[in-house]
Amino acid sequence: MAAEMTLPEGAPEEVITNALVRDVDLTPFGHKGSLALITLDNGLDHTRPNTFGPQSLAALDAAISDAIGRAPAAIAITGKPFIFAAGADLSALAFLTKREQSLAIGKLGHDVFRRLDECAIPTFAFINGLALGGGLEVGLHCNYRTLASTAFTGLPEVFLGLVPGWGGATILPKLIGPERAVQVIMLNALNNNTMMKAKDALALGVVDAVYEPADFLERSVAFAASVLSGKNKIERKDYSSDPAWDSALATGKAAALKKYGGAEIASPMRALELIAAARTNTRGAGFDAEDQTLADLTMSDPLRASLYAFNLIQKKRKKVEGAPKPALARKVTKVGVVGAGLMASQLALLMLRNLKCPIVMTDIDQERADKGVAWVKNELAKSVERKRMSEESARRLSLLISGSADQVSFAGCDFIIEAIFEELSLKQELFKKLETIISPECVLATNTSSLSVERMSEGLANPERVIGFHFFNPVAVMPLLEIARTSKTDDATTATAVSVGKELKKTMIICKDAPGFVVNRLLTRFMGEVTDAVDEGTPPAIADSAMRSIGFPMSPFELLDLVGPGVALHVSETLHENLGERYRISPTMQAMVAAKVRNFYIKDSDGKVVANPEALALIKQGTSASTAEQVRDRALKALAVEARMMLDEGVVSTAAEIDLCMLMGSGWPMHLGGILPYLDREGISQAVCGQRFHAPGIASLP
Amino acid sequence: MSRTVVLVDAVRTPFGKAGSMYSGTRADDLMVRAMRGLLERNPKVNASDIEDVAIAAATQSGDQGMNIGRSASLLAGLPNTVPGYSVDRWCAGAMTATTSLAGAIAIGSIDIAIAGGVEHMGNHPIGEGIDPNPRFLAEKIVEQDALAMGATAERLHDRFPQLTKERADRYAYNSQMKTAAAYAAGKIQRDLIPTAARIAEIGWGIATVDEPPRPTTTMEGLATLKTPFRPAGRVTPGNSSGLNDGATAALLASEDKAKELGLTIKAKLVSFAFAGVEPEVMGYGPVPSTIKALAKAGLQISDIGAFEVNEAFAVQVIAFLDHFGIADDDPRVNPYGGAIAVGHPLASSGIRLMLNLARTFEERTDVRYGLTTMCIGLGMGGTVIWENPHFTGGKR
Repeated sequence: MAAEMTLPEGAPEEVITNALVRDVDLTPFGHKGSLALITLDNGLDHTRPNTFGPQSLAALDAAISDAIGRAPAAIAITGKPFIFAAGADLSALAFLTKREQSLAIGKLGHDVFRRLDECAIPTFAFINGLALGGGLEVGLHCNYRTLASTAFTGLPEVFLGLVPGWGGATILPKLIGPERAVQVIMLNALNNNTMMKAKDALALGVVDAVYEPADFLERSVAFAASVLSGKNKIERKDYSSDPAWDSALATGKAAALKKYGGAEIASPMRALELIAAARTNTRGAGFDAEDQTLADLTMSDPLRASLYAFNLIQKKRKKVEGAPKPALARKVTKVGVVGAGLMASQLALLMLRNLKCPIVMTDIDQERADKGVAWVKNELAKSVERKRMSEESARRLSLLISGSADQVSFAGCDFIIEAIFEELSLKQELFKKLETIISPECVLATNTSSLSVERMSEGLANPERVIGFHFFNPVAVMPLLEIARTSKTDDATTATAVSVGKELKKTMIICKDAPGFVVNRLLTRFMGEVTDAVDEGTPPAIADSAMRSIGFPMSPFELLDLVGPGVALHVSETLHENLGERYRISPTMQAMVAAKVRNFYIKDSDGKVVANPEALALIKQGTSASTAEQVRDRALKALAVEARMMLDEGVVSTAAEIDLCMLMGSGWPMHLGGILPYLDREGISQAVCGQRFHAPGIASLP
Repeated sequence: MSRTVVLVDAVRTPFGKAGSMYSGTRADDLMVRAMRGLLERNPKVNASDIEDVAIAAATQSGDQGMNIGRSASLLAGLPNTVPGYSVDRWCAGAMTATTSLAGAIAIGSIDIAIAGGVEHMGNHPIGEGIDPNPRFLAEKIVEQDALAMGATAERLHDRFPQLTKERADRYAYNSQMKTAAAYAAGKIQRDLIPTAARIAEIGWGIATVDEPPRPTTTMEGLATLKTPFRPAGRVTPGNSSGLNDGATAALLASEDKAKELGLTIKAKLVSFAFAGVEPEVMGYGPVPSTIKALAKAGLQISDIGAFEVNEAFAVQVIAFLDHFGIADDDPRVNPYGGAIAVGHPLASSGIRLMLNLARTFEERTDVRYGLTTMCIGLGMGGTVIWENPHFTGGKR
């Protein structure tokens, strides 16, 4: 029996996953005796998956004892409808205060799960539905596994800043070999938490058989009977002398470094250590090492920040902070997109795919409008080619998109978004013209990245229908949508914008109409410090790598290349104009734009990424060079100052919204908690603002 | 243009007591399980070869609604090219699904089909949602008793005083004993498809045997049971079938197609008939339907060597036997017991009779003809006469 253990103080009450035992007669399946079948079920529907906290583990422990006591021919474990188990109950982790507590949780999981391997009775996991993390690990401790053909499985721990520490990091490499284990534990997790489809899990050897859900349990029991009777022999390979260990570990490490811009982040590095150790150690030694690793990670600020970030993303995906009542939203049955350039076309495609209503694009002449429409239709055709969309759907959508040079075609629109050239007077003129064509309720949205939305609404008959609707490039991929309200924007308009954003499956924040909104304002400030350092005389290589160890997905200049110097310069000019001197205009950037040098980094003839000599030649450096530490220090301090100003100005109402923006809008990593938890734990917020952004314990160790 | 129709195979889920082992299982899932089990045992049949699916349910709403013939086909993973329809003739639903498809096969419009029936009386208590027209009683189209099946059984006792409660109890006792013996010999289990059934509070299990049988039944015990349909009545829970959950499925084919594909032939359809009687004595229905089916087949009752009579009520079976001069304990009748022991999930039972008869045919190569018959609410009976393909020319 495993030791008892209780939840840490302050943790939410555990939703207990019960473990129920029943006997299944194997006779009709061709084997003597019975199978003790354990069902994991927390008594709630599939929207609340089974999880393992201390009491759930105790319940499973008791169920295993019960099952063994029945002296069955086999023991099997399965889940409730659609769900096997989604892993450890993470809600308690954030409340652990002592390393011993953390060790105890790891050990408890091992002590319970390993009984499934160490008992003398053959054990099976019938993975009938979603199995993630500790959920899959329970199955890995069993001797054999079946999987429902529609179920998704995976080990997302490394995505979350943990390691598969309830046996996964040790058992999986031994079971399926280093290359496949690295694929599941490292590559899938680092690739935005990719889950395995059943056929992948079967091909990788994670499971032994896959059955359709309609009679999954019956066929799984039949499988068990065939294994027990020896009719079905499942061979296991010894991978300890597999030649691929080194290359697999190197692949895993490369993926981790790439994900975090070259930084060695604890969770993936520790996971690799465990995988490497699995080559020769015993299961027991592996489990001990997992316990220690889990304890180290859970008692670290990065993991606490990750948990905070994960919960924030989950929560805000559903609920938009400060959104008016959804009932106020007006129906959107026709959408206008002003402009037919690449950005406008991307917006039109996104709207078309998700809203599935008539979309009208306009541009200054028919040819340009046609070009935009053609691009959209071509994208639909590509989706069909890649089998991501049926021909019928593509045909349906193709008939809904049209282009015109005449804005009169916007008549009847409920929602118009403009993506024309970033110049205020042009946009003002446009909105005035549109008011003569559209109804007073039609929402006028702008995808401006830094201009004043309020000023666009000046002089309009219905300024309350104007709203900022700011996407990130590429719009189909980046999950964030900043919705900017002016002082006049009304609730119905905001509710309509939020409702459209929901249809577009975006994570949204509602902010005040302020220059650069949230993401661009912070990013521009941050990058400005780096370009300033270079302009002052810091060698570009030193400035650009100053923050490498933090784990940002790309360096400042890589980001600059992605955004393009033209856009970056324009944004910094606008922010300089509106927010003052702390936003400086870099002469280097001006020179790059003037010389039409688009990239700071290029690939040389060998395909190696190197600094672009043309760009380097344009840098007019001063004589005051900073060290990497100094660059890093000033950039992070600038972030703290700017974030505090944004909160003081009420651009957003909570620090969490800023974190959400950086997580979803610029892909900053979860172990930084977005950014503010990192600034807190480095003491930077305290140093420059005299206060933290988050109370201790929210996104850090208490 | 008439072709011979054969029963290729038939299976069923284990039957449960209503609201018991299948209390957490949907009716359509039971039906799907029976269909998939049927196809799994007949791998020579490609699912795409099936040309029609007829599924019966007495209550056609909720998990038995939405045209369960079509919806269960889709849920069972049949190709969407396979059509399906639902059938209702109350207790004779699966029997009617079989005869309807048989008609289509006989005239050559299809070659292979699945018939089935399901009733989840836990989810759909008998009479659920019915709305009898007030004219029935106001204009005396039927008597009050016609609407309560137990009352119609009491009326059979009234009509035929020789059918005593003691005879009914004895028949019921024998049914339990025959089922117990068949179970002990492993005969019933052969056609049961193990069926996963979850009950939220106790987890997943797999039903492998019927839940209703009471092998410890005694005549003394039966004598003490209450008569819920009438004070001092004769019909008790002991000499009636219960309220049950379960599903059945049968594979039907033209004889030519069965031979072409190398399928088993378990029985050949000879004739069928449905007939009506006064709704108040619905249990008498099998008598006229059998007379009619025999006439169509050009056979005498004495030609029939095996009987599968649905045991909605013991009195209804002995009324049938009495009419044809067959002893209550005649060994040709229900050799594996019947619905009094294993249960009667209304619309599914017709195929259970067929699968039992098919087993008898295998065991009794001296039997040439057999019949399946059942009574039907609102005063009907249905009978299907089958020929034994294993008949080797013995006595009958």
